Amino acid sequence: MAAYMITPTLQRVLLSAKHVSFQSRYCVVAGRARYSVVYDASEKTFDKILIANRGEIACRVMKTCRKMGIKTVAVHSDVDANAVHVKMADEAVCVGPAPTNRSYLNMDAIMDAIRITGAQAVHPGYGFLSENKEFAKRLAAEDVVFVGPDTHAIHAMGDKIESKLLAKAAKVNVIPGFDGVVENVEDAVKIAGQIGYPVMIKASAGGGGKGMRIAWNDDETREGFRLSSQEAASSFGDDRLLIEKFVDNPRHIEIQVLADKHGNALWLNERECSIQRRNQKVVEEAPSTFLDPDTRRAMGEQAVQLAKAVKYSSAGTVEFLVDSKKNFYFLEMNTRLQVEHPITECITGLDLVQQMIRIAKGFPLVHRQEDIPINGWAIESRVYAEDPYKSFGLPSIGRLSQYQEPISLPNVRVDSGIQEGSDISIYYDPMISKLVTYGATRAEALQKMEDALDHYVIRGVTHNIPLLREIITNPRFISGDITTNFLPEEYPEGFTGHRLTPEGRRELLATAAALYISAQLRSQRFMGNLRVSTTSQEQSQWELQVELEKKSHLVSLSRSGSSFTVEVDGGSVEVSGEWNLASALLPLSINGNPRVLQCLSRDATGQITLQYLGTQFKLRVLSRLAAKLTGHMPEKVPEDTSSILRSPMPGSVVAVSVKPGDMVAEGQEICVIEAMKMQNSLIAARAAKVKSVHCKAGETVGEGDLLVELE
Amino acid sequence: MAAFAAARSSRGVLSAIKASFNTFANVKHGLAVAPIAQSHLLQHARWYSVSHLSVHERIDRKRNAALVGGGQKRIDAQHKRGKLTARERVELLLDPDSFVEYDMFVEHRCSDFGMEEDHNKFPGDSVVTGQGRINGRLVYVFSQIMDQAMMVGAPVIGLNDSGGARIQEGVESLAGYADIFLRNVLASGVVPQISLIMGPCAGGAVYSPALTDFTFMVKDTSYLFITGPDVVKSVTNEDVTQEELGGAKTHTAVSGVAHRAFENDIDALLNLRDFFNFLPLSNRDPAPVTECQDPSDRLVPGLDTVVPFETTKAYDMLDIIQGVVDEREFFEIMPNYAKNIVVGFARMNGRTVGIVGNQPKVASGCLDINSSVKGARFVRFCDAFNIPIITFVDVPGFLPGTSQEYGGIIRHGAKLLFAFAEATVPKITIITRKAYGGAYDVMSSKHLRGDVNYAWPSAEVAVMGAKGAVQIIFRGKTNQAEQEAEYVEKFANPFPAAVRGFVDDIIVPSTTRKRICRDLEVLASKKQTNPWKKHANIPL
Repeated sequence: MAAYMITPTLQRVLLSAKHVSFQSRYCVVAGRARYSVVYDASEKTFDKILIANRGEIACRVMKTCRKMGIKTVAVHSDVDANAVHVKMADEAVCVGPAPTNRSYLNMDAIMDAIRITGAQAVHPGYGFLSENKEFAKRLAAEDVVFVGPDTHAIHAMGDKIESKLLAKAAKVNVIPGFDGVVENVEDAVKIAGQIGYPVMIKASAGGGGKGMRIAWNDDETREGFRLSSQEAASSFGDDRLLIEKFVDNPRHIEIQVLADKHGNALWLNERECSIQRRNQKVVEEAPSTFLDPDTRRAMGEQAVQLAKAVKYSSAGTVEFLVDSKKNFYFLEMNTRLQVEHPITECITGLDLVQQMIRIAKGFPLVHRQEDIPINGWAIESRVYAEDPYKSFGLPSIGRLSQYQEPISLPNVRVDSGIQEGSDISIYYDPMISKLVTYGATRAEALQKMEDALDHYVIRGVTHNIPLLREIITNPRFISGDITTNFLPEEYPEGFTGHRLTPEGRRELLATAAALYISAQLRSQRFMGNLRVSTTSQEQSQWELQVELEKKSHLVSLSRSGSSFTVEVDGGSVEVSGEWNLASALLPLSINGNPRVLQCLSRDATGQITLQYLGTQFKLRVLSRLAAKLTGHMPEKVPEDTSSILRSPMPGSVVAVSVKPGDMVAEGQEICVIEAMKMQNSLIAARAAKVKSVHCKAGETVGEGDLLVELE
Repeated sequence: MAAFAAARSSRGVLSAIKASFNTFANVKHGLAVAPIAQSHLLQHARWYSVSHLSVHERIDRKRNAALVGGGQKRIDAQHKRGKLTARERVELLLDPDSFVEYDMFVEHRCSDFGMEEDHNKFPGDSVVTGQGRINGRLVYVFSQIMDQAMMVGAPVIGLNDSGGARIQEGVESLAGYADIFLRNVLASGVVPQISLIMGPCAGGAVYSPALTDFTFMVKDTSYLFITGPDVVKSVTNEDVTQEELGGAKTHTAVSGVAHRAFENDIDALLNLRDFFNFLPLSNRDPAPVTECQDPSDRLVPGLDTVVPFETTKAYDMLDIIQGVVDEREFFEIMPNYAKNIVVGFARMNGRTVGIVGNQPKVASGCLDINSSVKGARFVRFCDAFNIPIITFVDVPGFLPGTSQEYGGIIRHGAKLLFAFAEATVPKITIITRKAYGGAYDVMSSKHLRGDVNYAWPSAEVAVMGAKGAVQIIFRGKTNQAEQEAEYVEKFANPFPAAVRGFVDDIIVPSTTRKRICRDLEVLASKKQTNPWKKHANIPL
């Protein structure tokens, strides 16, 4: 990539989320490409836009509206009355109670809100009504502009089969496959040969991996055909098989397109979104480490062909699967603004929301394809309120008792719709924010992401920062060798948090011990009290014992000012810092290297929870005396968890399948909990009789609430 | 004197740890020890008369014997029960090397039932007493030294683990109890008194903790009851275990006898050290101020959204308290009892304050018998020891019903009213939402000499809620919804109280911490006295 400089003005673009001003004119100098993001007040678009969404995306859209001098209308459910997007808007209308189908999906109420406020256009954000052609139609009927593509494109791309046919017709690569049923073994070999190896043989009636075989040659095809048809027959009672191209080591790479109503279309480069869990993206980056300029151009051009073929206007995304040989195949097209659009904005310098609004008003694109640069590298981490230790993330709820975004760091953008005191409720998506970092190189962007994650203060809900930080520091991720199976491949036993190196362990132990002593010393400092003994103030040497991960470590400290020399595990660690016990962040120098830890909790009994390298570690610091006596303390018998079933997450009870007195088999479903639109079946850990049931369908339950007791 | 408290554990298990006593001779406070030891030496001349040893050797031998207490066997037995010995406990509780022991040479003087045998005698019998320091501040441990504690002005901590009266000692042990009770009573309000129950405490002995300001317990290993399960069975035919009858769970959640419980001996002692830092040394000392790193003018944005729009929806008062106080650190008293009121200690800009708050999350935060008594006792402690009181109000009224009326809510509710009215320490009140009816008056209102009374914009100071009020005012009328709206417009806001000066200001919630810190600085020099009286007559 061409050498270029990050000018201070570029930083202002990245931080524009914070700095709201009107006729700002940002100039980006990038190599030889030169253009500006202009919020041109003379280019009249709309007076007032209603944003039919909530959370970060509603806030994101409003920020651009403000810059463009457009008044904004928020819609909200009753529980969202205090939400950030409501405060940010010029006007707000309540469209119903908490459940989305009665508020954010309630078209009647939203149409009413449009009429009441006189909004001329609606930006749907993503999700909710963003790809609902019925909604687009109703808007059109009342002469309200939908900021997005027209209904034809929404419809065409919304149908999986039709979109593939359209793509094929537009000469876009689609996954080669045989649309009909495979008759016999030799037929299978012939078809496989036509498609090209590797191929996947799968049951026509299939699902869940049953009756599925991958073949790399004719022999494997023969065997696979035989096995798959047997399996299909026994599993589904239907032995019909299909064959299609198998995409090995697939990556999910998508192309951002921008098209106007005058037949112009641009591709704004790619976004690499392979890091996923349960088909949801976790970490995205732009550009991709994998694409060479030719592949990029080929993908971009096909994406534009498809957009033109459906007369697409507005911002859209064409998703591709890319195999290890850089063959790419069309997956689907999203006819809306994507969650991960900020990384494209970072590397291209465009404001996609501004472009969408201009296009919706009928203005032609001002950029030409050659104006679209790739400036540096951008990474996005989706920060979720969820427990990463359960299936890479099960929803968590709660009140953000403390919340500080790392926006004081340079080249960090945080798109969020919450603030300290906000509730993460069971009704909506548990995303806290999108944390975007930017750098001249990928390494720089990743380093910034590490810093940003370390400086991100989130208290009151469980969050996935431990997972995010592990991903972005994972050697395989850093090398760029990723696929959509990255998480299960790297963490086959599930995610367990950061694994400490011996050096890391010493750092952590030393920090905990020094923090403990700092707190001890402070608790001896009374202001203006003459009745305090002065004899103990001089101590500068301590002998402690620190427990971490069920192991005890003997620790010796000596202090000089705010700096501690700590002897632990046969090594010496130098820790110094301000030791501000009131601050959420603990900026330290450990052996001369800057490190930011967070102290999540600290109590009188020496229990300290530290966030170190993203992961939370529980430690206990004790004096040698207390440590020696700890052995005499009675062991508390932990609750027998095989005979009780507690809710693993907050949510609502959809169904209870047992009643007291029932016999349940091991693995039998006991009840179903729904949280954030996900149904989770809870099963019996062993065969037993049901002793008591503590929940019923329709109830809301908290994490850890007792649901059912077994005998 | 030591004869009364037949503390089984301490008799058995005086610790072998010598670290603190090797430095005994060097301890600066040793002065007080000598005369006491001397007097006991004389009392026990009989034992020494048969000895060939010099006085010095005898002192050393006795001291060493005292340090091992009842011998290694009994130390081991105590450990096996998951408990520490009295000396280990004292060592954990106090700053290293700060303990100065008194009465190490005391033995029981019982001569019946074979108790006079030497093998049944232990120097330092039954109790370990003395003084030491917690984070540099003086404290007396156990009760014999209460006279001196009062004189010097330093709190007394009792670590109770006693089988009860030594039956062999007869009436002498009863007299011993009464001595302690009297001292507890006389010291009440002079120096803070804390009891930590670390083993069985039964019979008459329970009244000493009951008379002290705070009673803490150790889970699973401590019990408090007047009569044990056997007697209960024989009298009332009830089958009940020790744990059910008088365990930590019972007393912290059901009876309200204990103020908090901790996991084990070590957790309890370490927490006690932490708790001690909140307390002034005596009623002559101001509330302590520690170094504070939390900015006093810190804004708390979360408070602007903590109160839900719907007036009937609950929220957690602890969210407000933790947001406002220094470093979110709140030492809650009685967290599991009468949860509709929250009381506890915190710091504002380093200064200890007592926090009282209605808890909308439990029973809508209404006042009932238990919460009134819990609140009243806490307010009186704060007032006795110069600790400013900060009250967060969201109270829909007193809990109605026969069980409350029959239980005497009038009498018990009056205690809280009395306590707030009588208190002369700085009193700052924040009305977060509802302040209805008599309960409004009670909760440290302006009328009860509140120094600074604030309302949040969400405050509603009224005789009652709109619905109930309209049903009474417009009984039988049809358009009640309209009337209700009018009532809400008129009364469900802070203005009626503000225009009358019953609230001093309507403040933005996020500025609450800043305002309180500033007010406390102003009020630090507050002087207010009640009319002279022998003592007031609080409706007990």
